[in-house]
Amino acid sequence: MLKDMTLGQYYPVDSMVHRLDPRTKLAGTLLYIISLFITNNVVGYAIAFLFLCLCIGLSHVPPKYIIKGLKPVLVLMFISIFFNLFFIKGEPVLFSWKFITITQPGLRQAILMAVRLVFLISGSALMTYTTTPTALTDGMEKGLGFLKIFKVPVHEIAMMMSIALRFIPILAEEADKIQKAQTARGAVFDEGNVIQRAKALVPLLVPLFISAFRRATDLAMAMEARCYHGGDGRTKMHPLKYGRNDMLVYAAFLMYLALVFISRKISIGL
Amino acid sequence: MSSIIRTDKLTFEYTRKDEENKVIDTVRAIDEVDLDIEKGDFIAVLGRNGSGKSTLAKHINALLYPSGGTIWVGGMDTKDDAHLWDIRQTAGMIFQNPDNQMVASVIEEDVGFGPENMGVPTEEIWKRVAHSLEAVGMTAYAKKSPNHLSGGQKQRIGIAGVLAMRPQCIVMDEPTAMLDPIGRREVIRTVHELNQNEHITVILITHYMEEAVDADHVFVMEHGKVKLSGTPKEVFSRVEELKRLNMSVPQVTELAYELKKSGVDLPDGILKIEELTEALCHLS
Repeated sequence: MLKDMTLGQYYPVDSMVHRLDPRTKLAGTLLYIISLFITNNVVGYAIAFLFLCLCIGLSHVPPKYIIKGLKPVLVLMFISIFFNLFFIKGEPVLFSWKFITITQPGLRQAILMAVRLVFLISGSALMTYTTTPTALTDGMEKGLGFLKIFKVPVHEIAMMMSIALRFIPILAEEADKIQKAQTARGAVFDEGNVIQRAKALVPLLVPLFISAFRRATDLAMAMEARCYHGGDGRTKMHPLKYGRNDMLVYAAFLMYLALVFISRKISIGL
Repeated sequence: MSSIIRTDKLTFEYTRKDEENKVIDTVRAIDEVDLDIEKGDFIAVLGRNGSGKSTLAKHINALLYPSGGTIWVGGMDTKDDAHLWDIRQTAGMIFQNPDNQMVASVIEEDVGFGPENMGVPTEEIWKRVAHSLEAVGMTAYAKKSPNHLSGGQKQRIGIAGVLAMRPQCIVMDEPTAMLDPIGRREVIRTVHELNQNEHITVILITHYMEEAVDADHVFVMEHGKVKLSGTPKEVFSRVEELKRLNMSVPQVTELAYELKKSGVDLPDGILKIEELTEALCHLS
């Protein structure tokens, strides 16, 4: 059950996007999300869509994969459409029956919000498809390094993330083992209503947590034995370096942002 | 030859407390141990659970500090904080559970973790990683994830990780306790190779007698004290004493001992099957 869960869902092919510095991809994703909130009309969305298509094309990730990644947010999308469609008041009214009214601004907002959500998820999914979790944590550590001035333990957070990634499969396997052991002793995990099922998880979670703590103690000692003493004076096996492509991508993003800003001034009546 | 690890009346005590934080009793895990380990030796430390052998191992790596006496690693007193990282670099440590000592999700990155911490320049790290993986015969797995390896292979990666720190000494705290017999053989063979080819001092803590047979020197611990010490031949010929310490001897040694007791004329301290067959062939 837990074993099938893949975090990050890296799609291993070689492409120009895959080879970019993780910081570029992080910053790019952030800029793209910001751009989606700047746009306010169809022209802007069209630009955002074309730009997204360009990125997906360059990444060699099949569009099918991106669409598959949208599934988990469908519920969220429907909720958003529902509220926008039925609760935005305005003129002209397109449809009215008893207490249900659908207005033109409501319809417009519902569609644009849904599109915005789709673009947002696709854009960030593209980043996780093209960046390994290790590269991602490396990128965050270096890219957010300036936060150290504000006493944010950037290195420690990055280290915690990479250790968590390392131990997910191990703990998943362990959860599986504990579940089997408890089932062998008569525990039932898949019957009853929601509350009964939640209660049934206690004999699974308690041993799992104890084991995780024990592993953490062991790991901490092993890390100390290998001279780990925080981020100070540490060198890197994969030092991050910006290349020519990174600069090109940053330039492309700036141009894209400019276009989105300009699009705000254009009005074609929709 | 100079000594790499020396202890003088090394003592370690810990207190056990009840729920109200009152001290119930004080346990002496290590009781005035004097050791002198020479550079390049292969040492085996034997003992039952709770004999203090793991506690001793943690002292060599400065993970624990003595409550009495002194321990010098490579001439440095472990109580001196200024040398902490030098000591941990001099004496690498391998633990029992191979999973719980791996940090990274890619093997080569895990091997590079130690040198990264020490601030070794990037190109040098890559050289060390390549060399270490070759020394343990795991080069083919460099880019793989550790999750698909066998226990023995994981433990060899652990050894490579320590090796990349260029230690003079490797302390192994029951490295084979969680492995199957094949993995156990793999790991022990690897350590012997390192001892011979790279002249690294090895301190192997174990409760498998068979693993101690090829050591240069064997210590048997009980209740925090070193009870027996000597070459494997010397130690294992004292079958009666070992039995009194509730320790088994290698099967062949046991057989030879029983044969001798029933009147067969055999030499003391037979450790290997070949030795026994040889001795038996020469009888008539």
